[in-house]
Amino acid sequence: MTTTEIAGRTPAPNPLRDERDRRLPRIAGPCGMVIFGVTGDLSRKKVMPAIYDLANRGLLPPGFALVGFARRDWATQDFAKIVHDSVMEHARTPFREEVWNQLSRGFRFVPGDFSDDVAFDQLHDVIAELDRERGTAGNHAFYLAIPPRFFPDVIDQLKKHGLADPVAGAWRRLVVEKPFGHDLASAMELNSVISDVFPAESVFRIDHYLGKETVQNILALRFANQFFEPVWNSNYVDHVQITMAEDIGIGSRAGYYDGIGAARDVIQNHLMQLMALIAMEEPVSFDAQSLRMEKQKVLRSVRLPNRLDLTTSRGQYGPGWAGGVKVGGYLQEEDIPSTSTTDTFAAIKLEIDTRRWAGVPFYLRTGKRLGRRVTEVAVVFKRAPHLPFDKTATEELGENAAVIRVQPDEGVTMRFGAKVPGTAMEIRDVNMDFAYGGTFVESSPEAYERLILDVLLGDPPLFPQLEEVELSWKVLDPVIEYWSSHGKPDTYPSGTWGPQSAVDMLARDGRVWRRP
Amino acid sequence: MTIELTSTNASAIAAALLAERRKAGSPSMGMVMTLLVVTDEGDHYDALKVAKSVSREHPSRILGVIKRSARGAANLDAELTIGGSGESVLLRMTGELTRHPESVVLPLLLPDSPVVVWWPRKAPDDPAADPLGALAQRRITDAAAMERGRTQAILTQSRSYADGNTDLSWTRITPWRALLAAALDQYPARIRGGVVAAERSNPSADLLVAWLTDCLGVAIERETSKGPGITSVTLQTGGGPIEIARPDGLLAEFTIPNAPNRPVALKRRDLAELLAEELRRLDPDDIYAETVKRLCKIADATGRTPAKPAARPSSTGSDGPSVADPKRSPTSAAKLAKAQKPSDRDAIPARSTATKASAKRPGTKKTPAKKAARSR
Repeated sequence: MTTTEIAGRTPAPNPLRDERDRRLPRIAGPCGMVIFGVTGDLSRKKVMPAIYDLANRGLLPPGFALVGFARRDWATQDFAKIVHDSVMEHARTPFREEVWNQLSRGFRFVPGDFSDDVAFDQLHDVIAELDRERGTAGNHAFYLAIPPRFFPDVIDQLKKHGLADPVAGAWRRLVVEKPFGHDLASAMELNSVISDVFPAESVFRIDHYLGKETVQNILALRFANQFFEPVWNSNYVDHVQITMAEDIGIGSRAGYYDGIGAARDVIQNHLMQLMALIAMEEPVSFDAQSLRMEKQKVLRSVRLPNRLDLTTSRGQYGPGWAGGVKVGGYLQEEDIPSTSTTDTFAAIKLEIDTRRWAGVPFYLRTGKRLGRRVTEVAVVFKRAPHLPFDKTATEELGENAAVIRVQPDEGVTMRFGAKVPGTAMEIRDVNMDFAYGGTFVESSPEAYERLILDVLLGDPPLFPQLEEVELSWKVLDPVIEYWSSHGKPDTYPSGTWGPQSAVDMLARDGRVWRRP
Repeated sequence: MTIELTSTNASAIAAALLAERRKAGSPSMGMVMTLLVVTDEGDHYDALKVAKSVSREHPSRILGVIKRSARGAANLDAELTIGGSGESVLLRMTGELTRHPESVVLPLLLPDSPVVVWWPRKAPDDPAADPLGALAQRRITDAAAMERGRTQAILTQSRSYADGNTDLSWTRITPWRALLAAALDQYPARIRGGVVAAERSNPSADLLVAWLTDCLGVAIERETSKGPGITSVTLQTGGGPIEIARPDGLLAEFTIPNAPNRPVALKRRDLAELLAEELRRLDPDDIYAETVKRLCKIADATGRTPAKPAARPSSTGSDGPSVADPKRSPTSAAKLAKAQKPSDRDAIPARSTATKASAKRPGTKKTPAKKAARSR
């Protein structure tokens, strides 16, 4: 048997690769990316800088091509200027001329409207040209950094002009950002548009939270350690609080935000995903399918309480003083109708019907113009069943907690009781902190870098799939429906931790929100 | 904040560190390792600066060790810096103490966490046997930092390899190796031979030759160029050459058959980046171990003077494949065995190295590399 015969059946392994060789980074194969909506915030602040940073780290393939598509009367050098500016302003790694030269030779720009057949013909030609000149080998990712209402147009055009069908051995991938619909029906509709054209494994939904180091660290914390898992269940855990708070208002996002609100914007995707990672069982392995399977199991077992009036809360920020600055309320924001009932704060209680979590409520909250910008997951434990101390000794002792700080100040906090120094026996809560190193160092990649690289590598574990999206909507839809037919959001002063109804909601269960 | 302690000892230093941490109001330590930097008066500023910048990614206690004159009374001076993402202590030792630096360092190691030692310049010939090196599970040397005798330096380090040793010359070629592996991903062809061109005295190029020889089982030649560093790597395939050429140390030209040439940034990285890469993994680097073993074999066959008369037997002998490379995976061992008879397995790359190492050397055979490739 000759070597060619063997090679004919299975591709011979690359002799330079060895799984023990963990220094070698994963470099994407030859490919290119087409961005729709190059002038938007997302492209300029996140996607384009991340692409530069990847190039700077040597993780992009030689000959990587970046095509911009927008309704602008531009030439390629105008596009290059936009990328250059965004890289200068937002890239995390230092600007290097030679990296820029390498990257910018692969820039192309196609002007046109999303309904413009000529423009998409031109895009087709540009991609063919790139395959010839830059060796992108027919592999292209289409990044839709545009409002979802344009998705059907663009996807149809991609199909019509044969851009979505890869030649043999190559791939075409679609990258979309949240929101993945605004309820279950629209999510399914959007999906049917997408899945008509792209197979499920070629669709990458970006939830940038899942690209964050600390979120991935949840898996390491839970499944690589011995001392968390035994207590990670309803025998020891009292409840779980997941918070994502922002101190800013909606800024210039009125057009997007009004009518959507905090629950749809944040709870449906980020918080549900965080909850799934905290609550899921151990996956059989860490490949995409096993992870997804466990997440789906959790999401499928989520149950809303019966009385939504007592277990949910929503709010809208009013005028107030936030962090020493006088700010207006939501209704005073530009382009917001004075009658808007959009929620800028949302809190819900969820139960998970599994043996592990039965009886342990998960409280999810998010909001704008809250006390400070913070995202964290707090697993709060039950009190010790018996305290062999005087009652006075433990008066100040709270519940033990393991807190995963997602941002800012990434890390893990453990809260437990310790004796107050002195002759009396007095026990009080103390915090033990682990700060996640390397957050601001060049070598720690940003979430978008990780995710874009994963798209180019075709590595899907960090991307939620259709099923997860639909399951989350199934949980959230009844809440939003209930809200839309019952009153309006409670106003809370800017710079505080939300409306009184949120406090009451936990007080009914005999609990309090952490001040994160 | 910097604190100076003169004529002090380890427990006074430990107490001062603790006091400072308390004073700063944050008694908890997020430090994950102790980094020993063995340096001298001339270099300590730069070396510690690099170590501190790396400490942001790997929060660590940095202990700089400076051995001063061995004459006179034993004395220890310390300079403590606290803040940022860790603590650093510069230890200056004089007199008899210079022979017992580990006695100062041992009590200052962070409990139950890894210890890494880094020699930014001159390293001991056998780092694992060095009293400071013995404290660490990772020992980082830098053959390229020697002012002369770099080729010899990497050979010396290779011969005294022990698990946990690594050299920054190896770290420097990670991007090259990654690109070459990517090239073979894109164009999976059998490699018939190859050339690494680099400036004359370049330990990284020696390691790259050894790595390629070891992985591909073919002769890789070494050519001398003007630099900087490694300037090109060419691998011959049936369909034409795979080539990465970097004439300026910044931007490389990437060539594979049947595809347009493409530029790719291949910057020579600075020390902080190299050190950060080293600290990311603290377990023994198996691939490096295999590469240095190969380097020794190549050198032995070329007839270079061994670094030490008592070189380790495993690195000199040309036993059968299974004995020589116990760690090799079965597939690659089989591949090599198939490629060459065990007896001339070690000789083939070596012969080609003779051509490359000194083209001037009289009596060099004509293109043995090609012959070797054909004989396969």
